[in-house]
Amino acid sequence: MWEYSEKVKEHFLHPRNVGAIENADGVGEVGSLACGDALTLYFKLDDSGRISDAKFLTFGCASAIASSSALTEMIIGKTLEEAERITNEDIAAYLGELPKEKMHCSVMGQEALEKAIANYRGEADKAVEGNIICECFGITDREIEKTVREHRLTSIEDVTGYLKAGGGCGKCHDNIQAIMDRVFGQPVRIQAAAPKALTNIQKIRLIEDTLEREIKPALHQDGGDIELVDVDGVRVMVRLRGTCAGCKASQNTLKNVVEAKLRELVTKDLIVEEVAT
Amino acid sequence: MKTIYVDNNATTKTAPEVVEAMLPYFTERYGNASSMHSFGGGLIVDIRRARRQVADLIGAQAEEILFTSGGTESDATAIRAAVQSNPAKRHIVTTRVEHPAIKNLFEEFAKNGYRVTFVPVDCEGRLDQETLLGSLDDDTAIVSIMWANNETGVINPMDDLSREIRSRGIVLHTDAVQAVGKLPIDLARTKVDMLSMSAHKFHGPKGIGALYIRKGTKFKPMVVGGHQEGGRRAGTENVPGIVGMGKASELAMGYLEDLGGRVRALRDKLEKRLMATVPRAMVNGGGAERLPNTTSIAFEFVEGEAILLLMNELGICASSGSACTSGSLEPSHVLRAMGVPFTAAHGSIRFSLSHYTTEAEIDTIVAEMPPIIERLRQMSPFWKQAQEGNLTQPATG
Repeated sequence: MWEYSEKVKEHFLHPRNVGAIENADGVGEVGSLACGDALTLYFKLDDSGRISDAKFLTFGCASAIASSSALTEMIIGKTLEEAERITNEDIAAYLGELPKEKMHCSVMGQEALEKAIANYRGEADKAVEGNIICECFGITDREIEKTVREHRLTSIEDVTGYLKAGGGCGKCHDNIQAIMDRVFGQPVRIQAAAPKALTNIQKIRLIEDTLEREIKPALHQDGGDIELVDVDGVRVMVRLRGTCAGCKASQNTLKNVVEAKLRELVTKDLIVEEVAT
Repeated sequence: MKTIYVDNNATTKTAPEVVEAMLPYFTERYGNASSMHSFGGGLIVDIRRARRQVADLIGAQAEEILFTSGGTESDATAIRAAVQSNPAKRHIVTTRVEHPAIKNLFEEFAKNGYRVTFVPVDCEGRLDQETLLGSLDDDTAIVSIMWANNETGVINPMDDLSREIRSRGIVLHTDAVQAVGKLPIDLARTKVDMLSMSAHKFHGPKGIGALYIRKGTKFKPMVVGGHQEGGRRAGTENVPGIVGMGKASELAMGYLEDLGGRVRALRDKLEKRLMATVPRAMVNGGGAERLPNTTSIAFEFVEGEAILLLMNELGICASSGSACTSGSLEPSHVLRAMGVPFTAAHGSIRFSLSHYTTEAEIDTIVAEMPPIIERLRQMSPFWKQAQEGNLTQPATG
């Protein structure tokens, strides 16, 4: 059972503005049956260009219905310019709050509003931009990148909560992670790229230094150790010792700890390899 | 508001007789059954009696019963034991509609390099036996097939399957968590090698279950430590739980007739009335042989969580095959494996009855469901489109 705020429950049990508007000025449809939720938003403008009426039809869970109901209440009386500024977070805030896993319901509301306004202005439906990353829910890399950037999402669960992407078969998790890495990797890369190119000897010293100061202490805590064997161009060859040797998680450690740290503090193109003991 | 509990495949009410039987083991008889003194060690007699009661419910020998913490532990113990006892064999077989206790375990084995066959089912949830038997070879370590499905209640033909699989010398495990206490089971006749069961699914307490291990089956313990359960499952015996499971097993024997007769008739009435009063509804797996207490009903164009929460307002407790309730976003893997279209899978509700379900409760559900579905359909864009005859959304995916 999800923990819904009283306001979500109230909007779900007594939704406002259910239905369709004949001859609506703007109509926006998002979602699909396959996805498990869908929303059609209708609005009508008065002579002064304000939204005089808004209605919705929603297929979905309690928070999808509540988000739709809240959205109609929020936009009635607003000009399109004012309505346009409503974000999914505004919808969630209006409802008190939404469980993290249900943020996509508010995203759906915002998208339907965007579409309805575009529909009124006669703008063509934006073609799907980018490449589909999540095949289960048809979410593209552009959409994921935009949402990750806007909401500073740092975990796959967060991305699934906002966009549903990754909530199905899970095959796209690596690609979602790569998008987040790309988004958040940038500032780090700019810093790392800024210093002048290192000479070989500087690079090796810096690698040794980083291993000593940053990596070894962490490994020592788990009874492990690491030894630098050689550096050949971008290849950093190391040997794992102590409990690290033969540990199943060691490949993970090499990539996510050692390589990541070296890339951050030395150069971004380093590849860490383990050599057999 | 009175609670109407029709979610008995999730868990059941602990029978008052069971609670009563357990109480002394919390208060006066709290000893450790492994102790040398008779205050504790004497409890071995009570455990022995419970083991006999559990064995009787499934037609087994008492020494073939291993007490565990529940269905999930029994499943994991059985599968890991079979795999470890046959280290050279790298192929394991199960179905596409198993409970997560088996499904996720097999997926873990797949990640660790095992060849895993997930046998498909047809649109009624019936197992594709040809694919199952065709997949078996000398490399197969174990086959695990649920006796009855938790979501649809569809029953697998364990008699036939056990003959076919065991004649090939392959170990057969069955997750019978939903079948035990709802169907007559006689393992003297149905020759599976291992069977998982859980007390709280038949009016026993939570936290106690059992694994049946046919005499002569190769076994390796999963939980090691003390010598309890003949060294097959370490850890101080859960005496109150074991006693409770024994009592529940004894009661369940007596309830089987009620389930097969009165409860089945109530389930059938519920289905028939809802099919008659709610348009675009259907019974998932309705054409297959099913548990007498279970029905999964798909209401098209509405979403399961919304249905459940409106039912909840009326005190009616059921569950759904819908994604939104489970924390995942894909609808039930069981319904998807059956090819139930998305229009229906998202709006599927499972009603599971018990010995305690009354006709008056079923009448209330029959009266309350149509307006709930109608109310949500009035909000659904797809219902509007379907009414206008221009539903363009893909029905299947």
